[in-house]
Amino acid sequence: MSTALQQAPRAVDARDRGGPAQPLLIVEHLTKHFPVRGGLLNRRVATVQAVDDISFSVRKGETLGIVGESGCGKSTTARLLMRLLEPDSGSVVFDGDQVGDKRGIAVNDMRRQMQMVFQDSYTSLNPRMTMAESIAYAPRMHGLGRREAYDRAESLLSRVGLNPRQYARRYPHELSGGQRQRVNIARALALQPRLVILDEAVAALDKSVEAQVLNLLTDLKQSLNLTYVFISHDLNVVEYMSDRVMVMYLGRVVEAGPVAEIYRHPRHPYTRALFASKPTLDPDRRTTEMPLTGDPPNPINPPSGCRFRTRCRFAQPRCADSVPALAAPFDGNADPTHLVACLVPEAQSAGAVHHA
Amino acid sequence: MPDGTSRIPVLQVEDLTVRFTRRNTDVAAVNGVDFSLQAGETLTILGESGSGKSVSLKALMGLLPGYAGVSGKVWLNGEEILGLPAAALAKLRGGAVSMIFQEPMAALDPVYTIGEQIAETIVQHEGCDNRTAMKRALGLLEQVKIPSAERRLKNFPHEMSGGMRQRAMIALALACKPSVLLADEPTTALDVTVQIQILLLLRQLQEQLGMAIVFVTHDVGAAAEISDRVAVMYAGRFVETGTTRQVMRSPMHPYTQGLLSSTVHGGMRGRALETIPGSPPNLAELPGGCPFVPRCRYAVDACRQGEIPVVTTQAGAMARCVRAKQVVEAQHA
Amino acid sequence: MSDITLDRQLVSEADTLVVPAPGYWKSVGQRLLRDRVTVAVTVVLFGILFITLGAPLVTHYNPYAGSVLARLKPIGTPGHWLGTDETGRDLWTRLCYGGRLSLLAAILPVTISLLVGGFLGILAGYAGGFLGTLIMRTMDVFYAFPSILLAIAICGLLGNGLLNSIIALAVVFIPPMVRVSETVTTQARNLDFVEAARASGSSTLQIIRHHVLANVLGPIMVYATSLISVSIILSAGLSFLGLGVTPPQAEWGLMLNSLRQAIYVQPYVAALPGLMIFATSMCFNLMSDGVRGAMDVRLNK
Repeated sequence: MSTALQQAPRAVDARDRGGPAQPLLIVEHLTKHFPVRGGLLNRRVATVQAVDDISFSVRKGETLGIVGESGCGKSTTARLLMRLLEPDSGSVVFDGDQVGDKRGIAVNDMRRQMQMVFQDSYTSLNPRMTMAESIAYAPRMHGLGRREAYDRAESLLSRVGLNPRQYARRYPHELSGGQRQRVNIARALALQPRLVILDEAVAALDKSVEAQVLNLLTDLKQSLNLTYVFISHDLNVVEYMSDRVMVMYLGRVVEAGPVAEIYRHPRHPYTRALFASKPTLDPDRRTTEMPLTGDPPNPINPPSGCRFRTRCRFAQPRCADSVPALAAPFDGNADPTHLVACLVPEAQSAGAVHHA
Repeated sequence: MPDGTSRIPVLQVEDLTVRFTRRNTDVAAVNGVDFSLQAGETLTILGESGSGKSVSLKALMGLLPGYAGVSGKVWLNGEEILGLPAAALAKLRGGAVSMIFQEPMAALDPVYTIGEQIAETIVQHEGCDNRTAMKRALGLLEQVKIPSAERRLKNFPHEMSGGMRQRAMIALALACKPSVLLADEPTTALDVTVQIQILLLLRQLQEQLGMAIVFVTHDVGAAAEISDRVAVMYAGRFVETGTTRQVMRSPMHPYTQGLLSSTVHGGMRGRALETIPGSPPNLAELPGGCPFVPRCRYAVDACRQGEIPVVTTQAGAMARCVRAKQVVEAQHA
Repeated sequence: MSDITLDRQLVSEADTLVVPAPGYWKSVGQRLLRDRVTVAVTVVLFGILFITLGAPLVTHYNPYAGSVLARLKPIGTPGHWLGTDETGRDLWTRLCYGGRLSLLAAILPVTISLLVGGFLGILAGYAGGFLGTLIMRTMDVFYAFPSILLAIAICGLLGNGLLNSIIALAVVFIPPMVRVSETVTTQARNLDFVEAARASGSSTLQIIRHHVLANVLGPIMVYATSLISVSIILSAGLSFLGLGVTPPQAEWGLMLNSLRQAIYVQPYVAALPGLMIFATSMCFNLMSDGVRGAMDVRLNK
């Protein structure tokens, strides 16, 4: 039953502009702060620093995983990428073209190549539209004829494992969670995108259904030549799905690199604590110590400098003075793309407390 | 850890059944569940949505709506509780048996402070005065490791973070030293780092207070961390029970095996995941015989009719399956 | 331990009971038919509609023809089963013909406010920001006035007559309509499927047309129906005060006014127009309650 997934040679997409070496997405210094309003005149009383100066890139054909807990900004990042929110500063470059720039690529054109699957399978679908209508909606809005759009909808339904004869005319409340999420995936594919952002796409599903949907996603990625940004709080799923992973904490990236390297040898103290918090799957080797105490803090008024310093065993005075930049680990790294945002060598090299 | 000398189980359930009769459907959300629990023991009911696990817990507390038909026998500390009148049952709730939920705001009243709510429960069940109750409340908050407990007594639920609200809810549940704590997916909605704290806390509290815990979850990892025994639930019945080690190391039921092998972990990278085909059953239209047949790769004709016999091993594990032997063999193959 | 979590949990367990169900509107219709109160009330409303629109069919009298001899006859008089008013006109006939103007004065303002207020509210709700704030704060100004006083003020400005009272009531109803529409639209706008539609590159107009409208019109229509019952009373009030319909036209509010003197002579007859106002208003109210209840059902069941 377990088959090795071969890395088939990738066909070049007709819309490819930058070539294979060009990352599909380059994000630089993306920032988004939300004002908290209060008082008589609705003035800004505080700021939620949801996403603060993050930079990363996504290579063509890979899956970039983004992990983090509540308040880390991963969902906000997804919405910034899709331009559902306007960034306060920073740039997004899609296949070499600056998004939103006159000489680059227009937001609407980018949306044809980049789509998103949301977490809540139920609220993601218009309760008054049938499955086929929901899927055919975007192509029709972009000019495809009614007949062709519905044909595409039906073929997408069977592509995601739902018999169009049975499901095309159903309404969202008649389907189970897993089935709805398949429809959401079909809907995201309706415009034939090159990049799909999966924002906690399997989080609300039962484990057995989750496995089915993950298999489907892997299969679609291969056959449709897709690139994924996979956002999740589930460390195991991210490890399984991603080629590279990015760990976020309180709006910043604390560590990024190839998944095997990060999971086997995490450098950032937060990453290590995060992995150590994974529940064991072996009843004989139970966790005995809490890696981290307290709750993930609120992104309003975060600590100065390194945001993790208030919970970090290795914190030093200079951690409060400047924001640590993403740089190579102190003890060298197996992969040059493995980067850590930490100024303290001891913090990076302390022994790992995580079990497989 | 189970105390070897106490033989009377703290909680004993026999043939618990919950039927929902709506207009033209008659559904048994829980269909004949038996188990017993010793003091200091943790039983995890592992199942997915629709398995009936949450409904079972609510039936034990008498929290189901009036149109639910509950039958069977439940003994708490030797006394039968299912047939009790509403007033007597209300006295038990929060007293001898307590419950914690997935969403703390379900148990915490937003208009009262934490201290007031805990004190109110203590006063109601033990009749002491408010000052003593408040002192006890402070002690409880410290026991569940809430920092600055004295200040938190005067906090409202919305002033606390998610993890702290969960701890406050646990403190509320433990206020009257229950013999049995029912936990309905308390860690499912929590962040990973908070989840492990709560699991460790529950383990610690159990050691200190010696209560029995019934822990409902769909997360195999949480079950591994906290339980002594595991019962896997499917379509309203326990399809497999045993110690945690038995169920996780050598499952006997195809559903358990499928559940364990479809639990994603990084070691599976590069391979397609093994899945349980199909989706959870429609309880209103169950086929005769074993409800898992449409999704089972071991199914034979004997599975499709009649009551499925229970297979028990010498070590005390149980599986409701005709093909248990083949399932075990296939794993060690 | 509240029961609210209970039902949500049970519902999520029953989520896997994937029983093929009819579409949303059909299920609304089914629930409505099962609601006996709403059905009864709707039947009564149709009855009222029939006797008013089909007045010539149910009475042969001339609503304007009075007879000095037949003034203020009691209920049950042969030939005038509901009696006569102070100028001898048959009351049943006056009620039937009067119903036309009363219903018109009730439904037309609501319709106008639905179109204008609904449009403004959806615009404010979807656009948000400066435009939304501008619209909502402007409406707040009108909200400061109690509705009947505002209606009287506008009527005083414009003068008597049915048309002016209709305009006045429409103006009175626009602010609450805007408020309801804005609230519902804001809620719908934040739902994931609207975000998904934005993410697919649709234009604002397309999104409103396909996604927002269908989900928003329901609650707005329900609110509008409940406004009708208020409108009947307000328009009757205006006529009672002499600001709406003028004699000798028949209209329930006006009839209440002119029969005021008769209350000592024929109290039951004098009360009849009031009874009609009450009955019609109640029926619209109950009907809107019923429709709201039928539409409010959680769909993930």
